[in-house]
Amino acid sequence: MSKKPRSLVRAAFSAVTLVMTMLLLSGCGNYMVLDPKGPIAEKQLDLIIITVILCSIIIVPVLIITFIIVWRYRATNKKADYKPEWAHSNLLETIWWGIPIVIIIVLAVITVRYTHELEPAKALASDKEEVTVQVVSLNWKWLFLYPEEGIATVNTLTIPEDRPVRFEITADSPMNSFWIPELGGQIYAMSGMSMALHLQADEPGTYFGTAANFTGEHFENMNFQVNATSDAEYEQWIQEAKSSPNTITDESYEEMSKPTEKEEPTLYSSFPEGIYERIVTKYMHDGAELHQHGSASADETDAAADTANANSEEDSSAHKGH
Amino acid sequence: MLDNIKEFASEFFVTGDPLIYGADVSIVLATLGIVFVLTYFKKWGWLWRDWLTTVDHKKIGIMYILAAIVMLFRGGVDAVMMRTQLAFPDLNFLEADHYNQIFTTHGVVMIFFMAMPLMFGLFNIVVPLQIGARDVAFPFLNSLSFWLFFAGAMLFNLSFVIGGSPDAGWLAYPPLSGTQFNPGVGQNFYIWGIQISGIGSLASGINFIVTILKMRAPGMTMMKMPMFTWSVFAASTTIIFAFPILTITMLLLFLDRFFGAHFFTLDGGGNPMMYINLIWMWGHPEVYIVVLPAFGVFSETVATFARKRLFGYASMVFAMVIISIISFFTWAHHFFTMGSGANVNAFFAVTTMIIAIPTGVKIFNWLFTMYKGRITFPTPMMWTIAFIPAFVVGGMTGVMLSVAPADFQFHNSYFLIAHFHQVLIGGVVFGYFAGLYYWWPKMFGFKLNEYLGKWAFWLWNIGFYVCFMPQYLVGLDGMTRRISVFSDPDWQGLNVASTIGAYIMGLAFLFQVAQIGYSIFRHEKDTTGDIWDARTLEFSIPSPAPEYNFAVIPQVHSRDEWWEEKERRARGEKPWQLGPIEPIHMPKNSAIGPIMGAFWFIAGFGLVFHWLWMAIPGLLGVFVCMFARSFSAHKAEYYIPVEEIERTEAKLRGGAV
Repeated sequence: MSKKPRSLVRAAFSAVTLVMTMLLLSGCGNYMVLDPKGPIAEKQLDLIIITVILCSIIIVPVLIITFIIVWRYRATNKKADYKPEWAHSNLLETIWWGIPIVIIIVLAVITVRYTHELEPAKALASDKEEVTVQVVSLNWKWLFLYPEEGIATVNTLTIPEDRPVRFEITADSPMNSFWIPELGGQIYAMSGMSMALHLQADEPGTYFGTAANFTGEHFENMNFQVNATSDAEYEQWIQEAKSSPNTITDESYEEMSKPTEKEEPTLYSSFPEGIYERIVTKYMHDGAELHQHGSASADETDAAADTANANSEEDSSAHKGH
Repeated sequence: MLDNIKEFASEFFVTGDPLIYGADVSIVLATLGIVFVLTYFKKWGWLWRDWLTTVDHKKIGIMYILAAIVMLFRGGVDAVMMRTQLAFPDLNFLEADHYNQIFTTHGVVMIFFMAMPLMFGLFNIVVPLQIGARDVAFPFLNSLSFWLFFAGAMLFNLSFVIGGSPDAGWLAYPPLSGTQFNPGVGQNFYIWGIQISGIGSLASGINFIVTILKMRAPGMTMMKMPMFTWSVFAASTTIIFAFPILTITMLLLFLDRFFGAHFFTLDGGGNPMMYINLIWMWGHPEVYIVVLPAFGVFSETVATFARKRLFGYASMVFAMVIISIISFFTWAHHFFTMGSGANVNAFFAVTTMIIAIPTGVKIFNWLFTMYKGRITFPTPMMWTIAFIPAFVVGGMTGVMLSVAPADFQFHNSYFLIAHFHQVLIGGVVFGYFAGLYYWWPKMFGFKLNEYLGKWAFWLWNIGFYVCFMPQYLVGLDGMTRRISVFSDPDWQGLNVASTIGAYIMGLAFLFQVAQIGYSIFRHEKDTTGDIWDARTLEFSIPSPAPEYNFAVIPQVHSRDEWWEEKERRARGEKPWQLGPIEPIHMPKNSAIGPIMGAFWFIAGFGLVFHWLWMAIPGLLGVFVCMFARSFSAHKAEYYIPVEEIERTEAKLRGGAV
C-alpha cells in the first residue's frame, strides 16, 4: 500500500471513532422507547435488552475475530501461517452452526412466551377499574371517544395514571398505526376493524403520541399529547370537557371526517351514541355486526369471528389467523 | 381549442415546482446533447447494431449496469433532497406532497430500477464466463428482459415530469393507493413501471436457472460451481417463485383502479389486508433475491484476495439454499402490528430468527477463508471487509426487529429505516460495488483507478455510519418514517447528523463517477485477463472477453479450476488439453427486443392515462413482435468460422492460445 492511502485510512478511522463517541455520549439522553413509563413498554424494553445481550454473545466475538484475522493475515505480514488448501473442518463448522442455533432457540422460546404475554388485546392485570378510549384515525387527525363519559377529543388524549386503559382502535382513513412509545408498542388502525390495545401510564406526565403508518399528504401532523393525570385531575378534566361548547353530531362527524391539514387539540362535550360502532361497520355489507379484532378472551373472539362469518363470507378471510 | 390544449397540458405536465422545471430543462438539454453527439460523430448505426440490438450477455450486462448507475443517481438525489428537508424542516425545502412523492420514488427506484438491474448486470457478465458457456441459454429472451426493464424504468421515471409521481409509499398499500384516496395517474405509473419490468425480471430468473442447469462446462458438477454461480441459482429460483406473486398483486391493483374492482377496497367486500400479505409474500423474498448474489460476490472476492480456497463450500451452498427457502415463510414480520394474534406472530417471529443462523454461518465461513490466508486489499476486497461489520450489526438489529412484541416499539420508526438501509447498503450495495470493481477489468479490459476508489470507499463508509447510526436513535425516540416535518426539538440534532452522512455518501458517489471517468483515459490495462490472480474460469480468457467467450471450452476437474490450472502449470505439469478450435454457433442480433420494449412502453403509457386508443395498438405491437420472433427464430443463428476465431485469439493473447 502506498503512503497516501495509509494516511487516508488513519484519517477515516479517527473520523469514525469521533462520530461514534459523539453518538454514544448523546446516547445517554432519554430515548422514549428506552425510558418506559408503563408496564407494557417496560416489558418490551426488557425484551429488547435480552435480545441485544443474546446477540452480543455472537456479534462481539465476530467483530473482534474479524479485526484480528484481517490484521494478522495481511499479505505484508510474512510471519503468519499460510495454508491455501485448508478449507474444511467438521469441528469448526459444527461450532458455528451450533452456537447460533442454541442462541436462536433460547431467543425463540423467550419470544413466543412474550408474544402471548404481551398480546395487545389482553387486558392488563390491575385492581383498579379499566378506562376505555375509542380511537379513530381520520385524515389527518385523531378522534378520541370516551364512551363511559360521553365526551370526545381531537388530537389530545387524557388518561388517569396507574389505571389500565383499553384502546379500541379503528380508522375512517387509509390504514394508520396508533403509537405512544413511552407507554408501549403500536397497533394498526384499520377501517372495518376494531383493534384492541391495552396500555397503562405508571406515573403522571405528558407523553408523545403519534401516527406510525403513512396515510397521505398531511400525515406528519397526526401527533398528539398524552396527559396522564391523577384520578382527581382526571375527573376535573372530564368536567372541563363536559362543559365544552363543542359537540359532535352525526352531521358534524361527516364534516370532521373530511381531510383537513392540521387540527388543534379540541374537547367535545358529547357525541352520538354508537358512533364508533357505526364507523367500524360503515364499509361492511348487510350491516354485518361489529366484531372485535383480538378481544380480551378467546371465547369472545371466536364468537365475534363466528358472527362475522355468518354475516359476510369476504370478511371471514381476514380472520383466518385466529 | 387553445384553452383545451392549455388545460390538458397543465394536467399532463407536472407544473408549479421550480425543482421540476429545473429537471425538465436538464432532461431536454441532456437528450439534445446525446442526440447531437450521436449525430455529429455518426454513431447511430454503431449504437443500434453494436448495443441496442445485441444479444451478447456481456453487452447486455453493461447496459444493465449503466442504467443502474443512472438510477442510483436519481434515487440518490431523492435521498439527499429528503435528508435536506429533514435537517431543516422549518425551511420548507419540500412541501408535504412533494416529499411524499420523493420517498415513494426513492424506494421504488432503488429496489426495482437500481438494485435489480445492477444484479442482473452482474449475472449477465459473470455467469456464462464463470461456468464456461458461450452465452446464456436464451440470448434473445435476455435482450427482451433488458428492454422490458428499461421500458418499465423509463415509464416510471417519466411520472416525474408528466402526470405526477406516485406518493403512496414504495409498496403502495391500499386503500391509500386506490382511486378513492389517490385519483391521479401517479399510482398507474407505479403499477405499469413495475409490471413491465417485473415480467423482464421473471424471464431473467428462468433464463439463468436454465443457463446454470444446462450450460456448464464438461466436468463442472453442481458442487463444483463457483459460489457466485450458486448464489445466482438460488436468487433466480427465488425470483421464479416470488415474482409471479408481484405480477398478480399489481394486476389486481390495476383491476381495482381501472375497472373499479374491489379486491383491495374498503367497501364492496374487498380487503386491503390481502394486498399487504401478497405484496410482502413477494417483498420479503425480494430482499433475499438481491442480497444472495452479494453473498456470492463476497465468496469470490474473499477467496481470491486471501489467496485461499473458500472455507466450508458445502455449508455455504446449504446455507444459501436454506435462506432462499425460508425467505418465503417470514413475510408477516412486516406487519406484526396488524393484529394477527399471538400464534401467527410467534410463528413468523421464529421463522425470521431462523434465517439469522445460515447467514451467521456464512459470515464465519468468510472469516475462516481469510484465516491463514495472504490478504491483499485492493478495492473489491475493501468493500468485502467493510461489509462484515456493517452486515453483522444490521443483522443484529434485524433479530431485534424479529422479536414480535418488541417490534411493536420499532415498527415504522426510524429504527426500522436504519435497519433496512444498513443491510441493503452494507450488504447489497457494498456487495455489488465489490463485484463491479472485481469484474470491471473483465468487462472493459482495464482496472479502475485505485486511489480515487479508496477515497470513494472511505467516504461511502463514513457517510454510511454517520447517516444511519443516528437514525436508530431517533427511531428509539419515537420518530416515525414518512414525515416531512417534526415537532420534537430533540430530534433535530440527530437528523442533522444523518443528513451530513447522506451528503458524504453523495460525495462518495461523485468520487466513483470521477473514478470511472478518470480511468477511461488513464488506466492500468488488463493484459493477461487475470489481473487479480483469481481462481475461476472467467479469468482464464482475455479481457474483455471475445464475443464467443471461450475459443475451446475447458474440461473442469475442481472447484477453483483456473487456480488449479495455474498451479499445475507452475509445477511444470501438462496444461489443459484443449481440443481443436471448431466453428462456433452464435445467436444473431435482434431488433425485436428494443422494438417490443418500445411497444410495451406505449401500451403502458396508454394504460396509465386510460387512453385505450394508445394502449391497444401498443399491446397489438407486442403481439406482432411475438409472432415476428416465432417465425424468424430459426434464422437467428450463425457460425463463426475457425480462421476468424484463430485470428481473434492470436490478437487477444499475443499469439499463444
